Amino acid sequence: MNLGVGSVVKNMSGARCSVSWKSNDNNQFPAGLRVLVVDDDPTCLRILEKMLWNCHYEVTKSNRAESALSLLRENRNGFDIVISDVHMPDMDGFKLLEHVGLEMDLPVIMMSADDSKDVVMKGVTHGACDYLIKPVRIEALKNIWQHVIRKKKHEWKDKDFDQSATAEAGDRQQKPPEDVDYSSSANEGGNWKSSKRRKEEEDETEERDDSSSLKKPRVVWSVELHQQFVQAVNQLGIDKAVPKKILELMNVPGLTRENVASHLQKYRLYLRRLSGVSQHPNGLNNSFMGHPEATYGMSSFNGLELQALAATGQLPAQSLATLQAAALGRSATKAAISMPLVDQRNLFSFENPKLRFPEGQQQLNNSNKQINLLHGIPTTMEPKQLADLHQSSHSPSFVAMNMQGNSRVQQNNTLLMHMSQQQQQQPSRAQMLNETNNGSQVSRPPLSMSQQPLSSNGIPGAVLSRSGGIVANVRGPVYSPVSQASPMVDFSLNQNTELQNNSFPLVSSDSGMSTMTSKRMLQEEVNSDIRRSRGFPSDYNMFDELHPQKSQDWGLSSVGSTFNASHHSTIPGTLDISPSMLVQQGISSMKRNGQNGISPISNAFSSREESGNVNPMGGNLLTVKAEQLPDASYQSSFFPDQFGQDDLMSALLKQQESVGPVETEFGFDGYALDNLPV
Amino acid sequence: MEVGQLQRSFIEYMGSLFNEGFLDAQFSQLQQLQDESNPDFVVEVVSLFFEDSERLLNDLTMALDQPNVDFKLVDAHVHQLKGSSSSIGAQRVKNCCVPFRNVCEEQNTEACLRCLQQIKQEYLLVKNKLQTLFELEQQIVAAGGAIPMMQ
Repeated sequence: MNLGVGSVVKNMSGARCSVSWKSNDNNQFPAGLRVLVVDDDPTCLRILEKMLWNCHYEVTKSNRAESALSLLRENRNGFDIVISDVHMPDMDGFKLLEHVGLEMDLPVIMMSADDSKDVVMKGVTHGACDYLIKPVRIEALKNIWQHVIRKKKHEWKDKDFDQSATAEAGDRQQKPPEDVDYSSSANEGGNWKSSKRRKEEEDETEERDDSSSLKKPRVVWSVELHQQFVQAVNQLGIDKAVPKKILELMNVPGLTRENVASHLQKYRLYLRRLSGVSQHPNGLNNSFMGHPEATYGMSSFNGLELQALAATGQLPAQSLATLQAAALGRSATKAAISMPLVDQRNLFSFENPKLRFPEGQQQLNNSNKQINLLHGIPTTMEPKQLADLHQSSHSPSFVAMNMQGNSRVQQNNTLLMHMSQQQQQQPSRAQMLNETNNGSQVSRPPLSMSQQPLSSNGIPGAVLSRSGGIVANVRGPVYSPVSQASPMVDFSLNQNTELQNNSFPLVSSDSGMSTMTSKRMLQEEVNSDIRRSRGFPSDYNMFDELHPQKSQDWGLSSVGSTFNASHHSTIPGTLDISPSMLVQQGISSMKRNGQNGISPISNAFSSREESGNVNPMGGNLLTVKAEQLPDASYQSSFFPDQFGQDDLMSALLKQQESVGPVETEFGFDGYALDNLPV
Repeated sequence: MEVGQLQRSFIEYMGSLFNEGFLDAQFSQLQQLQDESNPDFVVEVVSLFFEDSERLLNDLTMALDQPNVDFKLVDAHVHQLKGSSSSIGAQRVKNCCVPFRNVCEEQNTEACLRCLQQIKQEYLLVKNKLQTLFELEQQIVAAGGAIPMMQ
């Protein structure tokens, strides 16, 4: 029979195409869909096989559930969808459904001659993506590809933030610098923003296509692996089982936290089904999420650290960004809780399992794309700028700033939280702004948030840190981010430690950088978790290996976008701009362009605006920044050489003057790019 | 008999099977699935159905013959029979399965036996009809004609 399918051989005996279905048959979509049909009734099996064949699908049939499972296990990526009968002699169809869901995460369609409601309901609760009543008509089978796409789309959605972010970052870097002329007014920024947005959208699409064809490798949850997993979970206690700890207990090389996290989620679903609890996605998410704000904070913080790390070139920006993005993305997608709540206490405290993070990690591992390192960094950030930023010798300062910011984790968190959150945070933002204003003095904690003693440098890190930890506390001494990279990474990965600790990881890395000073400072405030942050070197290393370091890819913007995207599921490029990030961008750009530094920030905000969350934040950012960088000296300490601190400072101050407080979701609204002095 | 006549008989017979409820739309689906690559698809599937059904009916007989009838098992068999008969469009056989499952739930052995008897009759009827149909097809083909497609 001439099926008209190019490369796919319709093999009724069950040829298994290991190539991704989608990439294989893009033109003949949905032809080539690899279906495994399981039914103990030979008549039905034969009919289904023929029907699926006629739909141009690649059919494999099995009349035994056990053999079907082995088939699936042996051919991990060999099938796209499973159709199974409910009543089978050797294994209940629902049991098979759960196995497939847990181990392979394929869409499963149940079918039965039984159309009673409770059976159909059982299918729903067990996670079947569809339920067909026998006799099955070919029309019903023609559309089963939708379940594959839907599932993939859902996965992409989670992982797409980092992908798009990385894509964006990559694109930004390649983007010609002409539109990076930030010396212009807000209009330019606006243009840049819109072009950025387009780019982001394109990137997103591209990312999707690429990812679909790339077909991320699935973790094979073999029986043994699952046993290990269950053991670890039981050891920790189901309520306390956080992916990170599970991962540690399992001690499986190559297994990422994200793998564990998603598996944990499924496992919890499974347990709930067993206990008869109705499935509540949000509820589950909640249990998973733990503290959204923590997650969020983590993301932002990670972005900060990542940034620093990226700056140092030691951390593959993309990896981190992806990680964060993933984490953020997951948070966002998983539940509303992903939106960080303003948690004054500790933005970066991750007491709860950070589901996001593992996911992010996974994405990190899987993604080959450039990862936006900095969350909350305005995606609008020009790659060039980012590169500059990255390259600037001040990166360490940033890192240092980050470090310092860490000490102010709380404040930063607050700030970050505010920034990242789409809604509500207006008051907090206002507060933040106020704090920023208050913090204009170097001597005082610039961000009002950090009460901790800052090193004399008074690096704008305070500002940065306010932004949510993305930027290190400016106050702190300039730290070479290089060594920080790993601790930072670890930190990102480290879900548990208080965010404050996160900053310290950098410190604790003992890179011998000036960070150490901040370390002292930080240590005063933070306790402990530095150790923890150290504990994640393995994670970091893993990522490191997975992703070639691209020190230049300090995708501030991408990170920002990632960050943003994850939170808001909005325009990927947009981000919950953490002021600090923006500041950093501004700083870097300023360094590069002298006065232009502000622009990126504005742009960053602009991108934020696009997402609907932020308006041209450039002004805001600057404002914040200005406030946070009260003194020129402050700045100079932060950017010892390359940055025109005076320029920056003046720009900031000007910005500060020009920008009026605006009450917006993020508290930054109302700052017009036009206000940017740059 | 000449081809045309055979074909007319075929069409008429087919129509009666549908009209009398022996076959339903699902059977038409099977016919539509048949194509050049699987020219004997319908016969193949129906043969599978015959085998499977006879096995199930034997199992049912044995199960209901037990001193302690395992009604869950009986129900499982009936359920399967319902599935396969509906898949090929053996409507009357399928229709017997519904009351059969009800009396299974009631654990009424007598009623089950009666249902079993009824289902066996229906099965034999539809088997006979289908075999006649296939013979007609073969005759048409042997006479050099094409099997008319039923709509």
